[in-house]
Amino acid sequence: MAVQETKLLTEHYDKNEFQGLQGYLKFGGYEDLKKALKMQPQAVIDEVKASGLRGRGGAGFPTGVKWGFLPKNNEDRYLLCNADEGEPGTFKDRMMMERAPHQLIEGMIISAFAVNSKKSYIYIRGEYDDSIAIVAKAIKEAYEAGFLGKNILGSGFDHDMDVYKGAGAYICGEETGMISSLEGFKGQPKLKPPFPAIQGYLKKPTIVNNVETLAAVKYIIRDGAQAYRKYGTEKSPGTKLFSVSGNVMRPGNYEVPLGTSLKDLIYEYCGGLRPGRKLKAVIPGGSSAPVLTAEEAMKVNMDYESLAQAGSMLGSGAVIVIDDSNCMVDLLDVTLHFYHHESCGQCTPCREGTGWISKITHSIKNGEGTVKDIDLIKAVSEHMMGKTICALSDAAAMPAISFVTKFRDEFEYFVKEGRSKVKEVAHA
Amino acid sequence: MSETAFELSKEGAEFVKKELSRYETKHSAIIPALYQVQKENGWVPPAAINYLAQLMELPESHINEVFMFYTMFNKVPTGKLHIQVCTNISCSMNGGRELANKLCKHFNVKPGEVSADGKVTVSKVECLGSCDTAPMMQVNDRYVENLDFDKALRALKEMGV
Repeated sequence: MAVQETKLLTEHYDKNEFQGLQGYLKFGGYEDLKKALKMQPQAVIDEVKASGLRGRGGAGFPTGVKWGFLPKNNEDRYLLCNADEGEPGTFKDRMMMERAPHQLIEGMIISAFAVNSKKSYIYIRGEYDDSIAIVAKAIKEAYEAGFLGKNILGSGFDHDMDVYKGAGAYICGEETGMISSLEGFKGQPKLKPPFPAIQGYLKKPTIVNNVETLAAVKYIIRDGAQAYRKYGTEKSPGTKLFSVSGNVMRPGNYEVPLGTSLKDLIYEYCGGLRPGRKLKAVIPGGSSAPVLTAEEAMKVNMDYESLAQAGSMLGSGAVIVIDDSNCMVDLLDVTLHFYHHESCGQCTPCREGTGWISKITHSIKNGEGTVKDIDLIKAVSEHMMGKTICALSDAAAMPAISFVTKFRDEFEYFVKEGRSKVKEVAHA
Repeated sequence: MSETAFELSKEGAEFVKKELSRYETKHSAIIPALYQVQKENGWVPPAAINYLAQLMELPESHINEVFMFYTMFNKVPTGKLHIQVCTNISCSMNGGRELANKLCKHFNVKPGEVSADGKVTVSKVECLGSCDTAPMMQVNDRYVENLDFDKALRALKEMGV
């Protein structure tokens, strides 16, 4: 390979022994917890703030700032790790939990110490049985070694950690949906404010962070904020794991500095497209991110600002590469079917809107659409944005608007000819 | 089995009772309890909801609401092997739907239906977080990845169908 990944978090992922406690300890495991426990909690928060680390789950909110929203008192507070990884195209958290469960646990204990939380949960999506078993075993090992429980390493800090298995609902990746689920209810999101940092799990102050975010905390403590900032850009510091899938030669997870060009990610790291194929489009941040045309994709860098400027978003870092063998009507149909299925049903614009745009797109794919339907998808989608409790409605509307706008020719061809411009489409 | 006759095994009931005190609130034990029913019974029959309500001393309506919300709880019986083929975007781009359709044809079932011999159910499901190994399927709790139809059949044969 012409280019090398920047393996900060994933440095030892190729070693099987890194999964177990003994192997993890061999490569500096829990040394940074020891370091953090000698610091003042506020100093840990300050270091994370100074690093500019931003949430790796999708929203990209600065982690240290989020932690700073917690009330300054001694009230019980919870740390929740969001491992519900459900954004289509994303598969990095699964790898992180299965290759390096102790890295996550160490990052969590450091974070818990910083925010003075005595209890944390790792909420893992129900389908990830292997991840659940591996993380549960690692937690047990950490207890036995004195990294969890009472008076951790003689510091006086107590912390308990547990795993919770989800049961198949995309919406539980939304932080307040996850909290509802952990509380034993339907995974429906809650109105914000109050934000979880003020009133979260069981109405107690709660911090929810993604797997990758919490794991990164370890390296910020190890190397310091300034060293962490050597990677990435001014506003998007650090490395990021990108899950690349679709039509590339070498799909997989790649850890690279934020700000890496999408072109390099596809053509250098992932080996480009299959022979004879041309790039048509890229979804750069999970299936809810607005699609980029090939031309836009070749100009954009993979950091929060550059993607926002290009009209899309970094999201969870799931890059779906689409070559010219795909029909965009077909792919929008697949995507909207998903969001319709996953709408939790509590807000009307989402519950009804996802169904409408899914059905209209589906009827176009069945050769029953009209030109007016193309505009209708856009009009309905525009009314779904910014009107609901959580972002699922927007997550359906954004791909819908971008697909019908940027690939309008394919939609028009379909309604006029009753068939795809590209190929025979499969029906699911 | 009549409507009121569902019961967990002795170990299963003990597990549920332990879960009731594992979390800060007993409601959090509902999802683990439903998983226990499914583990023992293959699916969650209506009578199990009433049974859990009594065992856990929680409202039946609440348990039912949680049960209905989450897709991983089977609302109807499935075959011994529940073959769930991902048909979300990356898998669809790599033949996931064709794979699901071929498996349905091979086992002579419609999606979600149990085969006549009770051995399999083939379902089309949403993203399972294994997009770099598309197309893929989950058979009971096992991921089977980088598939084509022949490879899927070979894997299923090893699992007994």
